[in-house]
Amino acid sequence: MNADTNAGRRHFLIGTAVIGAGLVIGINVARRRGTATRSGGGGKTLSPNVWLRIAPDDTVTLASGKAEMGQGITTGLAIALGEELDIDPARIVVEFAGVDKAYYHPFLPAQFTGGSNSTVTTHEVLRQVGATARAMLLAAAAKKWDTTVAELRTDNGVVHYGSRKLSYGELADAAAGEVLATKQKLKTQAEFKYIGKTQPRNDTRVKVTGRAKFGLDVDVPDMLTAMIARAPVFGATVKSFDDSEARKIQGVVAVKQVPSGVAVLAENTWAAQRGRDALKVDWNLGPMARFDVAQVRADYRAKIRKPGLIARNDGDALQALQSAGSRSIDVEYELPFLAHATMEPMNCAVHARADGADIWVGTQGHSLDVENAAEILGLKADQVRLHVQYLGGGFGRRANTVSDFTVEATHVAKDVGRPVKTVWTREDDMQGGYYRPFSVSRVRAAIDKDGKPLAWYHNCVSQPVLATSAFAKFAVLPDGRDPSSSEGSANLPYAFPNIRVDSINGVNGVPILWWRSVANSFHGFVVNSAMDELAALAGMDPVKFRRSLLGKRPRHLAVLDRAAEMANWGRPLAPGHYHGVALHESFDSIVAQVAEVSVDGAEVKVHKVHCAVDCGTAVNPGQVEAQMQSGIIFGLSAALWGEITFKDGRVQQSNFDSYRVLRMSEAPAIEVSIINSGAALGGIGEPGTPPIAPAVCAAIFAATGKRIRKLPIAGSLA
Amino acid sequence: MISLNVNGASRELDAEPEMPLLWALRDLLKLTGTKYGCGKALCGACTVHMDGRPIRACVTPVSAVAGRNITTIEGLSADGDHPVQRAWIELDVVQCGWCQSGQVLAAAALLEANSNPSDADIDAAMDGNICRCGTYPRIRAAIKRAAEIKRRGAE
Repeated sequence: MNADTNAGRRHFLIGTAVIGAGLVIGINVARRRGTATRSGGGGKTLSPNVWLRIAPDDTVTLASGKAEMGQGITTGLAIALGEELDIDPARIVVEFAGVDKAYYHPFLPAQFTGGSNSTVTTHEVLRQVGATARAMLLAAAAKKWDTTVAELRTDNGVVHYGSRKLSYGELADAAAGEVLATKQKLKTQAEFKYIGKTQPRNDTRVKVTGRAKFGLDVDVPDMLTAMIARAPVFGATVKSFDDSEARKIQGVVAVKQVPSGVAVLAENTWAAQRGRDALKVDWNLGPMARFDVAQVRADYRAKIRKPGLIARNDGDALQALQSAGSRSIDVEYELPFLAHATMEPMNCAVHARADGADIWVGTQGHSLDVENAAEILGLKADQVRLHVQYLGGGFGRRANTVSDFTVEATHVAKDVGRPVKTVWTREDDMQGGYYRPFSVSRVRAAIDKDGKPLAWYHNCVSQPVLATSAFAKFAVLPDGRDPSSSEGSANLPYAFPNIRVDSINGVNGVPILWWRSVANSFHGFVVNSAMDELAALAGMDPVKFRRSLLGKRPRHLAVLDRAAEMANWGRPLAPGHYHGVALHESFDSIVAQVAEVSVDGAEVKVHKVHCAVDCGTAVNPGQVEAQMQSGIIFGLSAALWGEITFKDGRVQQSNFDSYRVLRMSEAPAIEVSIINSGAALGGIGEPGTPPIAPAVCAAIFAATGKRIRKLPIAGSLA
Repeated sequence: MISLNVNGASRELDAEPEMPLLWALRDLLKLTGTKYGCGKALCGACTVHMDGRPIRACVTPVSAVAGRNITTIEGLSADGDHPVQRAWIELDVVQCGWCQSGQVLAAAALLEANSNPSDADIDAAMDGNICRCGTYPRIRAAIKRAAEIKRRGAE
């Protein structure tokens, strides 16, 4: 194959969205053939594709196209590579790659980290990379020893032939000349050394010694730091500004207007902040000057009374509801706007030059950031180099398809001639938009006199996240429905003979974004809460009621049973303690949680959470456990207190005093049990979040008889 | 010029007296292991030790620590082998990692004062350090493990 043919095939494969992992490797092996790089050691480095380099000094480097934001992906990728290459994953050095089409998502023409799909979309790729490289090393070794590959074996970075051995580094030069374009046979589960066994994270040491470099830690020579006075109301624009006082602050270098506000550029962060504080900006507030959540609530509560765009329609739910007797529910649920509140606030450093640019940023939106920045600078995307840093949390906030923080930093740095790092304070971050959308849902459901299900009709109004992103053209349906709006509602697992699920596109001026588990974050609450109400109506135990409707869902059933078993469901608890249960599938993983809760007035204490998860196969069980703990605690903060509200268009929350999040003394004990069902790999970063709010609310109902139909809980119990 | 002792070395800083220690460490001394999270002593990400006690660098003017001994995460141990760091590594505590410098330093100060902390002691000492990734269960276990490592080292 020549290079042109390869490029054509790649394009075709992406265009038809059937790109195959093995083919990618095959193409890349061919593309990189003969381009092996010289290393200091005198020999060549084996670099069969963008992901992998094996140097003569035995350094094995994995160039990750994915960002690390805590989810453990750099370790997960090293496990997949190490398994097939046959080298301890702990010996693999991981670096963050820039943008390359070889890292693009299989179905979307972009390189990004999100959707709980990093393992799902790259695990097989990395295994093929490892297997291919190992085959190249074996082929080279067989030639050196004048034998056949069948006579050789590998073990942790070394090829053995009888008593003779050569390390991968020693073979790298010769292996670089091998050509292997075919897909390699991968190991069976029984042959795994590393996959499925907890491997230590490969970023712990740098993160407990302060050596890990995050976006905010970026320091390049001659760099300035900028802070921006942003609009107090979304959509407001600068009318005029007075920078005379700001320019007097020692260390302030420049003040410039950018599309999002007025930027103060200074020699350090403190000077930038003081300079910004001294700015006087007069704003045209625009149409959101009087904006209040009450307006959204009234609008959505009216819209929810009407049918929406149909996401699922089994049987005739409306007809069945009309003919149902008195054993039915008709309930509405409301969930607030939420901030991601990553521990590291947004930031981005840009060095813009006439002939190119460098961007240093912790981002989930790799190729989108580069394309958006290039457009502002009048450059081609390949003139912009992306230096991905560790992310101090993502949760979706750093996966903005319009690249808000990178775009803004690019505007700030344009024509400055020096690198500029734009820094957001906590207040900037919390009030800067891109929230989990506000939603109102309505569930009507009915059972017969024996408690058997008759009908389920779930409708929801929320701003559509995918339809308002740059990916809209790949996903939004002809009727205007955003399929992401019904993730977690349309896949209702329970055996109602009549099911209808609708979604309604809400419209308001608040910038929104995916927030850990996206629409599942509200549907998980709505579906489980309504199921708990139906169980009570049927006079049945909530676990038994769900079990009775999961006959055809063995994976769901097994996960539910496991969680119930872990919690000793149905057995007496300490006085004043109550259990609540929830079960939710998202990102192809199924999670059940039982929360043990006590309630004292408006104070809710979550003592313990039992969590069962089936993600197909747990590649790194210790990190599956960590992500369940993480998702639960993240979801619990939101359930108990999380809420972004507006008054006169201004966001009312600003820092961790007004946007309360869980602290050590409030964190429940969490037990996690993993079910390796062998099903296709599911995601793990997000599925732990949806079940916790409804599990806690079900327990509150058990404790108090009060239904929580509006989050956060604190507001409903007050 | 303001003189302070950071990680055992005497440093002279050309900083305005009211500049928070956090930005002096990060921007002037290039010690970026100390993190910014809230700027108001609400989250603990900027925790450092002053004469062995944990303080929040984001609300501490650099002039207030003149002549004092400051220890940042970079100076807690030579090779990441402080008992707290060892326990953190052993139990794979970190996720995103942004809050962990502060968590480690808060835990190290706790263990200096209390060699065998109870759950309530841990709650009291660590409640000022927020982690959005929810590493609290592993932090709790790692503090207990670090206490063991430390006690064994002392035997």
